[in-house]
Amino acid sequence: MKKFNTLISSAVPLPIEEVDTDQIIPARFLKATTREGFGDNLFCDWRYLPDGSPRPEFILNNPLYSGQILVAGRNFGCGSSREHAAWALADFGFLVVVSSFFADIFRGNALNNGLLPVQVSADFLHAIFSAIETNPKAAFEVDLERQTFTIISTGQSEHFEIDPYKKMCMINGYDDIDFLLSLKEKITAFEQTRLPKA
Amino acid sequence: MGKTLFDKIWEAHVVTQAEGGIEVLYIDRHLIHEVTSPQAFDGLRQRNIAVFRPRQTVATADHNVPTRDQHLPISEKLSRFQVEKLTENCAAFGVDLYGLGHPYQGIVHVIGPELGITQPGMTIVCGDSHTSTHGAFGCIAFGIGTSQVEQVLATQCLLQKRPKRMRITIDGQLQAGVLSKDIILYVISKLTASGGTGHFVEYAGSAIRSLSMEARMTICNMSIEMGARGGLIAPDETTFEYVRGREFAPKGAAFDAAVQYWRSLYSDDDAVFDTEYHYRAEDIEPMVTYGTNPGMGIGISQAVPASPETGSAQTYEKSLAYMGLQSGEHLAGKAVNYVFIGSCTNSRIEDLRIVADYVRGKQKASNVHAMIVPGSKQVEAQAKAEGLDAIFREAGFDFREPGCSACLGMNEDKIPAGEYCVSTSNRNFEGRQGPGARTILASPLMAAATAIAGRIVDVREFLN
Repeated sequence: MKKFNTLISSAVPLPIEEVDTDQIIPARFLKATTREGFGDNLFCDWRYLPDGSPRPEFILNNPLYSGQILVAGRNFGCGSSREHAAWALADFGFLVVVSSFFADIFRGNALNNGLLPVQVSADFLHAIFSAIETNPKAAFEVDLERQTFTIISTGQSEHFEIDPYKKMCMINGYDDIDFLLSLKEKITAFEQTRLPKA
Repeated sequence: MGKTLFDKIWEAHVVTQAEGGIEVLYIDRHLIHEVTSPQAFDGLRQRNIAVFRPRQTVATADHNVPTRDQHLPISEKLSRFQVEKLTENCAAFGVDLYGLGHPYQGIVHVIGPELGITQPGMTIVCGDSHTSTHGAFGCIAFGIGTSQVEQVLATQCLLQKRPKRMRITIDGQLQAGVLSKDIILYVISKLTASGGTGHFVEYAGSAIRSLSMEARMTICNMSIEMGARGGLIAPDETTFEYVRGREFAPKGAAFDAAVQYWRSLYSDDDAVFDTEYHYRAEDIEPMVTYGTNPGMGIGISQAVPASPETGSAQTYEKSLAYMGLQSGEHLAGKAVNYVFIGSCTNSRIEDLRIVADYVRGKQKASNVHAMIVPGSKQVEAQAKAEGLDAIFREAGFDFREPGCSACLGMNEDKIPAGEYCVSTSNRNFEGRQGPGARTILASPLMAAATAIAGRIVDVREFLN
């Protein structure tokens, strides 16, 4: 997994709530057997017309907006457990997703792929959207060590929560599997204590 | 202080504590399918490691399979490749596969219970959010991402933070024409699509106790649709009788010993939940959804609400525009050209019997294409043995072979853009059943009644 520490970037605003993982990557694109290439179909049905040409009104097709941060409405990533949603966002080039509320499975999948979910208050989310509205190139700073998200133009900053273990993994680029593999003896010993075996 | 059912099962599976409140949770059963497993097997190959406990993982092909002519090679190239990849991976890593052509093949959350793989007190995971289904047996069952599929294959464990506990109690007696699907759609409409986030839900109360196992599975299945990681129901005689005698269930003395343990799986009287809700079964009507998430549901007698109770007006308006509906409108009477009966929510034999009972001797409306997709080969075989397939055919329904089908439109079973589909599945997200498709979630009975009438009806008006 890639390491993450700090990021300064402009952001892409998606002020829609309840963005489910079927919107992030529709099921018909889940037939690939590798983790790469999903970015091309990120938000496919919002991003493209049925004939494959870009929908001009969709934010990812607007050259005014760019950056490695996606800012979205509450309950981002609800629905299907497909990790392809996190892969698609990362493959497109996002490193951070900001929302006022994340669905559980998406949050976990994002963290397992070096994509940082930053949960902020509803008021602060509004302030971020306002800053982008004022200046589409407005810059933001994400500092994982200090757990802060800052609107550079206004100096407003908010602390965000992250599990200390997952923070350590993100900063060092560790995967859960490395840790679990180191526990195999304990796991085997645990199995032997379980009688009757469920 | 007493313990909740959830805590009893969880604590029996903690291998060790890691830092920061993270626990290493042992997984008893792991179910895999073709869509969310190939990258996990590749990860094992890259690390040059084996599947740690191959006997505890079971595979099937369901998401991506055609529901016609399953004896022929899959015509769609990418789907065929993905299903072949699963076959290769299972052979290479020693995992049992119930693939196409096998008499046990079917939707992963249908076959686990029907084969007795799912048993009370277990931890069960699968790379699919509707793994919550298995909670109906008194299991901790939840959906995981592909990185976690790889972790379970490699170590039979996951790193987990213990979620909060919620209890939803439903007491009383359901009205005629109201099914367990209506209970869960009602609950989600009250709690919203995010109301259960961070929680594991226990469903309790006399209305839940009186349900069959298949009806309980429908409820637990949709726990994820309110954001909950999973839902579970304390096992009881109904549970034990369902499990008894199934292929992979314990037999003889081992079964009796297991039942003795399973009887200890309930929430103690003084157990404390982080959140509790109570509802009355009598208040629940046949439900329909009107929006683009499962929290946007109403009783069939009600109108589409004027404004969102929670959430932004912009998102609400976008949702109604997608559905082609307006505030104040009633769904009853609306013409519908597509009906889908199937999915891990409602494709079991009881669901098919309910539909058959309703449509027997009737004919679907001429405008409707009605598809029935059984949840497994065993359900399909049972339906044929009972003559349900003939009833469906005579009523003009299209009875298919098992798979996830039009629930998520990965295969060719899609609803055309702009068309309404009354569906017994679990998600009414934009484009879920095909680009531009408009899904209205409902019970199998409401779906059957819609197919016969050619429009959405209140099924209570058509019951004898």
